[in-house]
Amino acid sequence: MALTRSRSTRSRARGQADAQKRYEARTGSPAPMPPIVALKDATVVYPGGHVALERVSIEVMRGEFAFVVGPTGCGKSTLIKLLIREVEPASGEVEIAGHDINGMPASRVPKLRRRIGTVFQDFKLLPNRTVYDNVAYALQVIGESRSEIRRKTPEIIRLVGLQSKIHNYPDQLSGGEQQRVSIARAFVNHPPLLLADEPTGNLDPETSIGIMQLLYRINRTGTTVLVVTHDREMVDKMRRRVIALEDGRLVRDEVSGGYHDESTREFAARLHRELEVEPSTGVNDILDW
Amino acid sequence: MGRPIFFVSEAFRALRRSAAPSIAAIVTIVVTTLLLGVLVPVLKASEDKAQDVRDQIGLNVFLFNDASREEIDQLGAELEVIPHVEGVDFVSRTEAIDILAGRVEGELSNSLSELNSNPLPPSFSLDIDDPANLGAVSAAVTRTGPAGDRQPISPVVDEVRDARQDASKITRVTGAVKFILIVLAVLLLLASLMLVGNTIRLSIYARRREVEVMRLVGATNWFIRWPFMIEGVIVGLTGALIAVGILWLGKVTVVDPLSDNLNLVDSLSTMGFLPLVIILVSSAMIVSALGSGITLRRFLRV
Repeated sequence: MALTRSRSTRSRARGQADAQKRYEARTGSPAPMPPIVALKDATVVYPGGHVALERVSIEVMRGEFAFVVGPTGCGKSTLIKLLIREVEPASGEVEIAGHDINGMPASRVPKLRRRIGTVFQDFKLLPNRTVYDNVAYALQVIGESRSEIRRKTPEIIRLVGLQSKIHNYPDQLSGGEQQRVSIARAFVNHPPLLLADEPTGNLDPETSIGIMQLLYRINRTGTTVLVVTHDREMVDKMRRRVIALEDGRLVRDEVSGGYHDESTREFAARLHRELEVEPSTGVNDILDW
Repeated sequence: MGRPIFFVSEAFRALRRSAAPSIAAIVTIVVTTLLLGVLVPVLKASEDKAQDVRDQIGLNVFLFNDASREEIDQLGAELEVIPHVEGVDFVSRTEAIDILAGRVEGELSNSLSELNSNPLPPSFSLDIDDPANLGAVSAAVTRTGPAGDRQPISPVVDEVRDARQDASKITRVTGAVKFILIVLAVLLLLASLMLVGNTIRLSIYARRREVEVMRLVGATNWFIRWPFMIEGVIVGLTGALIAVGILWLGKVTVVDPLSDNLNLVDSLSTMGFLPLVIILVSSAMIVSALGSGITLRRFLRV
């Protein structure tokens, strides 16, 4: 039963590739890329019968910056787990870049996760490793050479502004700093998709802006960024696409207009102004281009 | 290429950072290996002893003192053709007293030389292929006559004595001892395997979050598992080496001096120390590494 299912989904994925080739042959122009994230009627039921997501359909295109909002327990974190196949849907489909991730064999899941950077709500740093080693681990996992690791790791740590804490352990860092290590680790491979689960949860407004600025900057390099948050105010000021969930159901999905071409500096200045937070000399100076 | 080095350094890092569980695991391995290291030679020794006893079982045919050379030779030839008899040794009266002198020591051997005459009769000692055929051979030497009286095959035969009762008693006792030892060994092994497994599980359980994080950033199962297995090998090796060191100390200080005096302890050294060490070290390493690898499986489900 399971076998036939996975075979049929795999052939469907192949069929999709064929369809793209046919499209290219017919029109002479490259086929439109499939959305990087596509949920089709995805339903997640946890053991015990709790329905975390119910028939949710979302498409996120490459290069987008989108927020997923909603009250606690609405299924936001489940959505992230669904996208990295930490949970599997009871029904419906989850596609990443056109591939049905639940049809793929379990042995391919690590490869999928390497192509998706994930920033976890609880950071999920390795407690007995320094900042450097935590970030380097993501590179070691993909089999990066030592010289590349030595080159890339300090670079990304500098990008998140933690070069002075590079040899500290996670328990010697503040929440915001740990969050930034988590972002550095998620982004060090330059994945096409970055998921962030409450990246500004429990952080002061100033640090939150710094984190958002960092994510915005990553988005401007072409990476699709999906941020799960309950920070309504921040979301409103960011003026980006907002996907709202309530009780596991999709209740709103709208794209706010404007401000798409502002620079990171303009972006930060606007956020400071609109959130009425005094810009301080600190993280944001480091974060400037 | 850089992978093996990375895995080994990861294993050492883990050992360093979680010293307490690592030490607990090492101590468990030390205790287990010590138990094994004592039990295996003891089992081997008791087995050897039992075999020894079985080998010694034979039949003694005692002759009258006045048996002539001719009669003795003729009887010897007759004994040799009896089925199941593998060897026939003639023990003269002087040889008999020499053998006795060799068995007793001290004052007793002095008093032996004070004897005026030799009280021991000449005898034939028969080697029999299997203790089970003792009865048949004995019956062949002493036929039962038509009137129910017993007639030895030669008039010079005074008495036929077999060690049947002694033998069966000895085999029964050694058998029981061996059985008890094996049961004990199996129980101890089982208990210590569970102990090792539990210790490993505990140390991995303490790091399950770490394993979870590794999985979430896209590490393959083997990428996570290798350092744990290498860690297991290091723990096993360290524990086994410490145990071997203690065993060696025990051998040098206790067993070796004793074995000069005691016959039983001597057979302990029939087990070479080197093969014992190789068996102990490799089994400790394998158990520890496999234990880590298998326990980890529970935390590696995607």
